[in-house]
Amino acid sequence: MNCMHLTDTSHGVRNKCLQLLGNLGSLEKSVTKDGEGLAVRDVQKIIGDYFSDQDPRVRTAAIKAMLQLHERGLKLHQTIYNQACKLLSDDYEQVRSAAVQLIWVVSQLYPESIVPIPSSNEEIRLVDDAFGKICHMVSDGSWVVRVQAAKLLGSMEQVSSHFLEQTLDKKLMSDLRRKRTAHERAKELYSSGEFSSGRKWGDDAPKEEIDTGAVNLIESGACGAFVHGLEDEMYEVRIAAVEALCMLAQSSPSFAEKCLDFLVDMFNDEIEEVRLQSIHTMRKISNNITLREDQLDTVLAVLEDSSRDIREALHELLCCTNVSTKEGIHLALVELLKNLTKYPTDRDSIWKCLKFLGSRHPTLVLPLVPELLSTHPFFDTAEPDMDDPAYIAVLVLIFNAAKTCPTMPALFSDHTFRHYAYLRDSLSHLVPALRLPGRKLVSSAVSANITPHEDPSHQFLQQSLERVYSLQHLDPQGTQELLELTIRDLQRLGELQSELAGVADFSATYLRCQLLLIKALQEKLWNVAAPLYLKQSDLASAAAKQIMEETYKMEFMYSGVENKQVVIIHHMRLQAKALQLIVTARTTRGVDPLFGMCEKFLQEVDFFQRCFIADLPHLQDSFVDKLLDLMPRLMTSKPVEVVKIVQTMLRQSTFLHLPLPEQIHKASATIIEPAGESDNPLRFTSGLVVALDVDATLEHVQDPQSIVKVQVLYPDGQAQMIHPKPADFRNPGPGRHRLITQVYLSHTAWTEPCQVEVRLLLAYNSNSRIPKSPWIEGGEVSSQVETSIEGTIPFSKSVKVYIMPKPARR
Amino acid sequence: MPEIRVTPLGAGQDVGRSCILVSIGGKNVMLDCGMHMGFNDDRRFPDFSYITRNGRLTDFLDCVIISHFHLDHCGALPYFSEMVGYDGPIYMTHPTQAICPILLEDYRKIAVDKKGEANFFTSQMIKDCMKKVVAVHLHQTVQVDDELEIKAYYAGHVLGAAMFQIKVGSESVVYTGDYNMTPDRHLGAAWIDKCRPNLLITESTYATTIRDSKRCRERDFLKKVHEAVERGGKVLIPVFALGRAQELCILLETFWERMNLKAPIYFSTGLTEKANHYYKLFITWTNQKIRKTFVQRNMFEFKHIKAFDRAFADNPGPMVVFATPGMLHAGQSLQIFRKWAGNEKNMVIMPGYCVQGTVGHKILSGQRKLEMEGRQVLEVKMQVEYMSFSAHADAKGIMQLVGQAEPESVLLVHGEAKKMEFLKQKIEQEFRVSCYMPANGETVTLPTSPSIPVGISLGLLKREMAQGLLPDAKKPRLLHGTLIMKDSNFRLVSSEQALKELGLAEHQLRFTCRVHLHDPRKEQETAVRVYSHLKSVLKEHCVQHLPDGSVTVESILIQAAAHSEDPGTKVLLVSWTYQDEELGSHLTSLLKKGLPQAAS
Repeated sequence: MNCMHLTDTSHGVRNKCLQLLGNLGSLEKSVTKDGEGLAVRDVQKIIGDYFSDQDPRVRTAAIKAMLQLHERGLKLHQTIYNQACKLLSDDYEQVRSAAVQLIWVVSQLYPESIVPIPSSNEEIRLVDDAFGKICHMVSDGSWVVRVQAAKLLGSMEQVSSHFLEQTLDKKLMSDLRRKRTAHERAKELYSSGEFSSGRKWGDDAPKEEIDTGAVNLIESGACGAFVHGLEDEMYEVRIAAVEALCMLAQSSPSFAEKCLDFLVDMFNDEIEEVRLQSIHTMRKISNNITLREDQLDTVLAVLEDSSRDIREALHELLCCTNVSTKEGIHLALVELLKNLTKYPTDRDSIWKCLKFLGSRHPTLVLPLVPELLSTHPFFDTAEPDMDDPAYIAVLVLIFNAAKTCPTMPALFSDHTFRHYAYLRDSLSHLVPALRLPGRKLVSSAVSANITPHEDPSHQFLQQSLERVYSLQHLDPQGTQELLELTIRDLQRLGELQSELAGVADFSATYLRCQLLLIKALQEKLWNVAAPLYLKQSDLASAAAKQIMEETYKMEFMYSGVENKQVVIIHHMRLQAKALQLIVTARTTRGVDPLFGMCEKFLQEVDFFQRCFIADLPHLQDSFVDKLLDLMPRLMTSKPVEVVKIVQTMLRQSTFLHLPLPEQIHKASATIIEPAGESDNPLRFTSGLVVALDVDATLEHVQDPQSIVKVQVLYPDGQAQMIHPKPADFRNPGPGRHRLITQVYLSHTAWTEPCQVEVRLLLAYNSNSRIPKSPWIEGGEVSSQVETSIEGTIPFSKSVKVYIMPKPARR
Repeated sequence: MPEIRVTPLGAGQDVGRSCILVSIGGKNVMLDCGMHMGFNDDRRFPDFSYITRNGRLTDFLDCVIISHFHLDHCGALPYFSEMVGYDGPIYMTHPTQAICPILLEDYRKIAVDKKGEANFFTSQMIKDCMKKVVAVHLHQTVQVDDELEIKAYYAGHVLGAAMFQIKVGSESVVYTGDYNMTPDRHLGAAWIDKCRPNLLITESTYATTIRDSKRCRERDFLKKVHEAVERGGKVLIPVFALGRAQELCILLETFWERMNLKAPIYFSTGLTEKANHYYKLFITWTNQKIRKTFVQRNMFEFKHIKAFDRAFADNPGPMVVFATPGMLHAGQSLQIFRKWAGNEKNMVIMPGYCVQGTVGHKILSGQRKLEMEGRQVLEVKMQVEYMSFSAHADAKGIMQLVGQAEPESVLLVHGEAKKMEFLKQKIEQEFRVSCYMPANGETVTLPTSPSIPVGISLGLLKREMAQGLLPDAKKPRLLHGTLIMKDSNFRLVSSEQALKELGLAEHQLRFTCRVHLHDPRKEQETAVRVYSHLKSVLKEHCVQHLPDGSVTVESILIQAAAHSEDPGTKVLLVSWTYQDEELGSHLTSLLKKGLPQAAS
């Protein structure tokens, strides 16, 4: 061991020694078991001795080494806790910062053990004690320590609730008299049913006297830790505190209720990031809370924020907020409509928000309906304009509330029903099917309690797929027709039922591949015995190419694809490659090129076998199954023979059943900006760059930071791929991403303005999916494979942007 | 006995005319030189005759330190330096140096031009006084003279406010001035390192208050203004030109920006424009947000806030106006108030404390009919709101600062006696340090035990290092050397070098000791027994038996001789030099215990 060097005079040497101890310490334990248990304890003791080293760097290294031991699975001793507590008052911030971490680690290891409170004979749980100590560090002098402490607070969920709730209570006093916080006053005002009559001077006059002896100004433990953290000078600390609040509130509903006021206050922070973070936090805990009206008021005030991110985050928040009164709903609606007139671009987001607001609070919306629709018991009122976004917003709210509130439609006037029919068609994602009196049930009112398998549309999907899979021995003509029909059905189904769109599209794509394959194999070309060496086989080679493309789409454009689907997809791709091989064999003269191709194909087969060896039993009777049987023979045959064998087998191969994945979604993207409607070209001097703002929403894209690219196509055919920065992606909700980035355009001078196309691509690399296996000979492939892009799939509509590079003036 | 003496001339158990005298390590420093707002006679300035009755103050003071530009901390400066007479250095931060003369000039104008006081300092005096100012940067250590050094720390409170550490040798005092431990919209929080001063002199304005989060107040304020503007009302915010005004401006400015509001905000001109200019300049003194964003846009370049003109008050439509002075007792704010008071849509927000007797105080206490001059009665229909935006540390903040600095004792100033009492008790209880709260003119004496640095010669140190192990903090270690005190510095050198330097000859000093041993055998045999005994006991030392029959342990000589009277007793003669005193005494005590009974 290197204990000898631990006494070296140089801090550097001691530093490294401790690092080494941290890295090697527990190794001994794993090698030799019981006998070495003592030595392991020694490691901790040895490191512990350096907690009081004279050099702060060594002290830090000692704590880090201890943390390292913990990370490597060694159980730290509880005795370390006391040592670490002493280090909290160290002079150096690195030491304190590391000590906070160590205390946190120990508190997670021994949450329930009991520690005495110094200067009294009471005892408390260790985790509570540690919580108090870390809370105290939130008001440390160094902001690095404060950030660290605030972050760690969030993960201390075992702490008892009365300690937790202290963090929000600063025990206000004024001139030695207990004072209520503004929050408490607001709550009282609210519960007493009267609203702020305007603040009087001395409204906050302190109430009861405080016993001077009982007030403890500093060691109040957790007292007000979050109050301090949330009004810290550095926004890093504030963000950390908000995050911690979020985590604690998620685990404790009562705490969530209490911290609400503070979170709402954070909506007015001066730094946008903090505001955004607190809105997100609020959204995450929203199922634990109900907003009071005065809180809602503050929340809604933020709707006027000029930052789009903030507003959209707030819409998201409102989607899942519980409101307690009908006035609250009304207030929210009014504010949202105000928002709509001020920022018309928020239209979609606001409609969506109202949809959820309506469906969550049907009973609260009910009494508001006459007012909202401005109906009158005796008189007919004027019919509102159907294209008014505000009116649509109101209707979205009402219709969604009406879904679970059958009495509501009775309040509708005639034109409302007409508008319903219109909106149900035009905005079907926002307007649910309603049970309307005097009408047939529209599309049999799918209610949520039907499981997917009983759902008729799902059944339809299943049936049509089964029908296709059962046709094994039909004549080719019939097969083709059936496939075509099924594909059409599936596509239509996908359009109608958004929740089934992923599955339907996925299956349709697969069927299309099969159809192409069948078509290609039916060409006259194959009936001629001898090779033709002609360029006739356009259809077949085009089919092969298209199948390849489609398989890539299937593999990479859908989220939720499981391994069993991947096998089938790869199998299809292999068939396409086989097709390619035989087509080339038929149309090219000479054997030499064939050699290479055959070899490559056989390698592919081999590759397939190795990758999916576990799944091979499922592929009975398939193309690859038969191919593998004949593998030894193929390896030794001549190319021409190989081609022949492959050809016969391809024709004999059966249609594999594609198991449907549980959850599958097609990745899609919509470019919101540029809108592509401008007639004014974007002028810039040639040779210089112009920045184009791109704003797009991405759905169901996993890890967009690495795979989403922006492509710009210039009229001269030049294509440019732009990699957006990771920071340009935001994640407003599960499965959704938002790309807001700038694309730089540049070109040489043009004589007149022209359009460039902008679209989004998904970059893929089929090798990255395959687990690394030793068969990859040599290291040359390994490192680049991870990062390189094999191909791209466009997954958004392209948008045309009118640009005009002017020649530079001289 | 070295000591630190502190005498407040002002701000002792009181708020106003801060002026504290500190004597530390033979140096005299004056902290702040303020005026008192409550008095208009001689009591408004500190009594400088306490320092000296006649003659110039320069001879008695080494330096003056001004913590920030508020008049209760710098108002008496021209009087002190020009009228009483002081020519030494005056230290303050750059922003204070820039803004201080503006405020002094304003103060002078009101006193002389409005109230018509004679024997007041003149504009020229302010200028002359400012010439004596030496500006310091944050965390810059300034050597006032060879021994006295000062260092400024950030204090929040107002632009340029600083805490000062005064240090002589190893003794130090920290004076906080006014400070704020919670950041606001334009300034950061006070910060100090763990400098462990002998004494921390802290303000204690809010000694008995723990304040609510600032955010609630801000939110309320913004909401009130927003509502009033939305319904088309006019909002009047009476402010004093510096400090809070800027905070509120930033608050409103960012709110307007965020919410895309269009209603105009005006700021009554005058003093403020100059002050805003300085706020723009001293961006490094502001908080994180302003410092980080000023590259794109300086927050003090207000986009929405424009200069006010008298004619604007009659403009239709909503607007927000900041007008001076803050207590509605005179000037523009009162004029605007009279114009707008009749409309219930309008609103006045008082952001601070109002002295009794002012219009501000009257309306805050709920009076709805005001009697103006000329027997006019003004009916107040507008809404009246009160918001406290104050920038002092609360009790928790003070404790936090004490915790950060870890002083040996604390002294409270700038607060009320009753409140101080409570805080004093708390500090003593929780930090276990002594705490003082002298009244004006009362002196606190604090004995100190400064450590005295001694230089050790490299040769001696190396020799010691070569001899033994590393220094261990837990074990005392003996080191031989000579302490030379010359020209008030101390050096530890080896004795040879000391002799050489001082030109002295070396004197040998030997101790001898006789130890009687009962041993009937011959001298030689006794010597052999002594030798073998010592050899077995003193394993670490070199024990030798010399051919002449004597035994040496290191350089200690032991000789055995027969007793002249009693042949059964042997006399051991032990002799050692002064340098070996430790070992020698150990040896004699060992021998006195006698030899072990040899198996004979």
